[in-house]
Amino acid sequence: MKIGVITYPGTLDDRDAQRAIRLAGGTPVPLWHDDDDLKKVDAVVLPGGFSYGDYLRCGAIAAKAPATKEVIRLAAKGLPVLGICNGFQVLVESHLLPGGLIRNEKQHFICRDQKLRVENNETAWTSLFEKDQEILIPLKNGEGGYIATDDTLKMLEQENRIAFRYVENNPNGSMNDIAGITNERGNVVGLMPHPEHAVEAGFGPDTPTAMRSGIDGLLFFESVLKMVVNS
Amino acid sequence: MKLFNSKKLEPSGVDTTDNASTEPDKEQPWQELGLKQDEYEEIKNILGRRPTSSELAMYSVMWSEHCSYKSSKIYLRQFGEKVTPEMKKYLMVGMGENAGVVDIGEGLAVTFKVESHNHPSFIEPFQGAATGVGGIVRDILSMGARPIAIMDQLRFGAPNHPDTARVVHGVVDGISFYGNCLGLPNIGGETVFDSVYQGNPLVNALSIGSMKHEDLKLAKASNPGDLVILFGARTGADGIGGVSVLASETFESTGPTKRPAVQVGDPFAEKVLIECCLELFHAGVVAGIQDLGGAGISCATSELASNGGKGMRVQLKNVLLRDESLTPEEILMSESQERMCAVVPKKRLKEFESIVNKWEVEYSVLGDVIDEDRLYINWGHEEIVNVPPRTVAHDGPVYERPVAYPAYQNELNENSSAKLPRAKNATELATQLMQLIATPNQADKSWITAQYDKYVGGNTALSMPDDSGMIRVSEESGLGVALATDANGKYAYLNPYEGARLALAEAYRNVAVTGAVPRAVTNCLNFGSPENPEVMWQFKEATAGLADACLELGIPVTGGNVSFYNQSGDVAIYPTPVVGVLGVIDDVARRIPSGWQDDGNNIYLLGATYDELDGSAWAKDIHDHLGGQPPKVDLAKEKLLADLLHGASIQGLIESAHDLSEGGLGIAVLEASLRFNVGARIWLGDVLDRDGIDQTAALFSESQTRVLVSVGREDDVKFQALCDARGVPCLRIGVTDATSGLVEIKDIADLKLDDIRQGWSGVMSGLFD
Repeated sequence: MKIGVITYPGTLDDRDAQRAIRLAGGTPVPLWHDDDDLKKVDAVVLPGGFSYGDYLRCGAIAAKAPATKEVIRLAAKGLPVLGICNGFQVLVESHLLPGGLIRNEKQHFICRDQKLRVENNETAWTSLFEKDQEILIPLKNGEGGYIATDDTLKMLEQENRIAFRYVENNPNGSMNDIAGITNERGNVVGLMPHPEHAVEAGFGPDTPTAMRSGIDGLLFFESVLKMVVNS
Repeated sequence: MKLFNSKKLEPSGVDTTDNASTEPDKEQPWQELGLKQDEYEEIKNILGRRPTSSELAMYSVMWSEHCSYKSSKIYLRQFGEKVTPEMKKYLMVGMGENAGVVDIGEGLAVTFKVESHNHPSFIEPFQGAATGVGGIVRDILSMGARPIAIMDQLRFGAPNHPDTARVVHGVVDGISFYGNCLGLPNIGGETVFDSVYQGNPLVNALSIGSMKHEDLKLAKASNPGDLVILFGARTGADGIGGVSVLASETFESTGPTKRPAVQVGDPFAEKVLIECCLELFHAGVVAGIQDLGGAGISCATSELASNGGKGMRVQLKNVLLRDESLTPEEILMSESQERMCAVVPKKRLKEFESIVNKWEVEYSVLGDVIDEDRLYINWGHEEIVNVPPRTVAHDGPVYERPVAYPAYQNELNENSSAKLPRAKNATELATQLMQLIATPNQADKSWITAQYDKYVGGNTALSMPDDSGMIRVSEESGLGVALATDANGKYAYLNPYEGARLALAEAYRNVAVTGAVPRAVTNCLNFGSPENPEVMWQFKEATAGLADACLELGIPVTGGNVSFYNQSGDVAIYPTPVVGVLGVIDDVARRIPSGWQDDGNNIYLLGATYDELDGSAWAKDIHDHLGGQPPKVDLAKEKLLADLLHGASIQGLIESAHDLSEGGLGIAVLEASLRFNVGARIWLGDVLDRDGIDQTAALFSESQTRVLVSVGREDDVKFQALCDARGVPCLRIGVTDATSGLVEIKDIADLKLDDIRQGWSGVMSGLFD
């Protein structure tokens, strides 16, 4: 199973996403922003970072890259796409997902271990979670405050398109505690927290049982692999 | 490619070498550029004529304290002299290069260094701190390594002073902005508040990189015919500062008059530059590489040529500019960030071009390497620099500045803490402990560290608040490195020789508690003005202390940095020698956390406690007292303790280990409990009996060579036997308790973990939100 990881100039978590795919049992395929050949991958991850420095609106330039345009085309045909942090911002700027992401409420970059609730376990990237399962994965962003119009929020709530919500603490002022959303079809998912940083014991978030032992992020990648195998 | 057009053109008005000969008596602003009369005379001696204004700019900046180490050189030598062959065993590159390189086994090496960016961070805290990170990362990159982590050592003024928040916010934002955008995990550091740093905050930044042995690169141009290429960001008017006197002299009516002194950073450009450089290294198209930092092109060209024992011809008009109005002197001096200078064999130019084009990095060929001991720089058809490169880069002035034992020193040392009242009863002891944990210096620093990405890269095995940062270098074997830095300005003020040894001892111990084996040292020596003989005495003592201590512990200094002139008016900062220790661990899965996590483990105190409260957090923060002599340290015992910790961690006997430092045992117990929110029952009676001390000393003494460990009951016998065999004092002082939610200190107090956390965690946000 081949899962592509796009590297834009300024992408930072591409090697982490590749590792996560490997640990989940898939084959990571590095993709370059300037190349519209997605190499026949079965799914695509848009990783975190600061594409093009994010000096314009975050993700705005990356949304216009040749590789992203191809992602937009194939997503319409059902290609599973996961946007993490900056990748989520790219998906929003590409209009694959609705809404926008603004500066954190407290104006600081925040890096913390964040509890989330899985609201929708019927997407390509969440099928192995239980509904309402609480998971712990790292969050790290400067512009992670999710915003949308009242109509959009209502639509997202009604159509069960909120994939993850922040639990116990809303770290960035996101509306309706939204941490991640999905498209109607469930193949495109974007979220601010970083599942690829909770895939290997020893290097993930602290859990009550042992230091840095959290691997809740692994199920994102295992979910999509399972889906690809089944199709 | 045509570098030098021989066609006769109109003179441009710049000061050429011809002018220097025909107008030998022209007045030059050497004084404004910070040169002394005899230094100016020496330049004339070297050249056999007056320097051109470009040459004057180059010499003035390369002979500055910052670039030439002219006041510190004679003392820094001992780091290279006080070493045994055994200490050099793992040292692949020592002092003098951009950063030292240490063999960590499996064909891998790491390079690491700490550097200061103090003055810019006071003037413009955000950009000063940001470019401090950018600069040290480029040093690491230029050794051929992939930067893998950063740390920061911060010292601010009094927390409640009106100016402190400006500096704290700017510095932390700057580090956060630059480091996070680069994709480097921030794995640790220090934050200290003291009014002595009010006008001179210290912003030191450390970076570490890893590479295969064969990827090592050096900053030298040794093959004539190779091309000299400048690539990365364009050259602009930032960081020119003092050289603007030359600009205003040359272009009085038309040019910009005042240039900004602080550089502006662009971490995106640096991230792209890092990936681009690593691809260039991998392709093997680069014969030599140098980053551009202080003194910009002047430094890069003269150092590359001097290191290679060769010369260079440079066409300065080929430099790509952000601002076309820059004068040649300004171009030579500009400290624009995110630039690198590569030496590339002519036949590899095509490959070089295709890689930099892929990354959309701009470049220009400045000139070539020549087989002559000369650095020629042209501005169009006119020659503006013609100097022996070594005289600029390496043969600057060396001073043995006057040294004087400080007038205040005896009185300071006689003013011991012995006269301070000890706590009269259990309630007072408990109050003092709760007071100390909630002082800005002991309080939770996650307000700062939560602004830094500690996860990126996926190899962070330890970070704040554990005692060291730890990074996995090999994903295959788990081989990794631990890094800790330390400096206690109060100790060094009381006794600079001992203070430097104590800083090394603590950083060494912080590495040892994680299970890693200390292997090498870096330092950043922050002091006041070298022109003050009392400061120079502190510097002399501190460097001797550090060099002697490295010899005793058997680990070499691999490089570092000196920052002088950290003073406002006559008031110098405390001498603050920041010492970083690098340790190696064969498998990071073995690393030990600083706090206990399991229920019912035994808690042991390793090492003996003496009545040592001079210079302590207790004396300063409870009694506002600083005097006497800092704690004593026996480095042979320190080594023994580190060996024990390593042995015990290999055998898997220790569940947690936390070094005792500021605030003593009391603070260490609270920190070990707060780490995973697991309480403990502690009794001090045996410590009082064995060491003959009172409760105040037991809780707050800062005696060295002590560590708090927790051990599973099944490993108890083995662990005690190990301590006995190695002769390390070991006393069971408690047991962990995961259910009570309390830290019970027998005969003193039952403290609620929630109360401790509340006092400890709200301090920073209370001050700065």
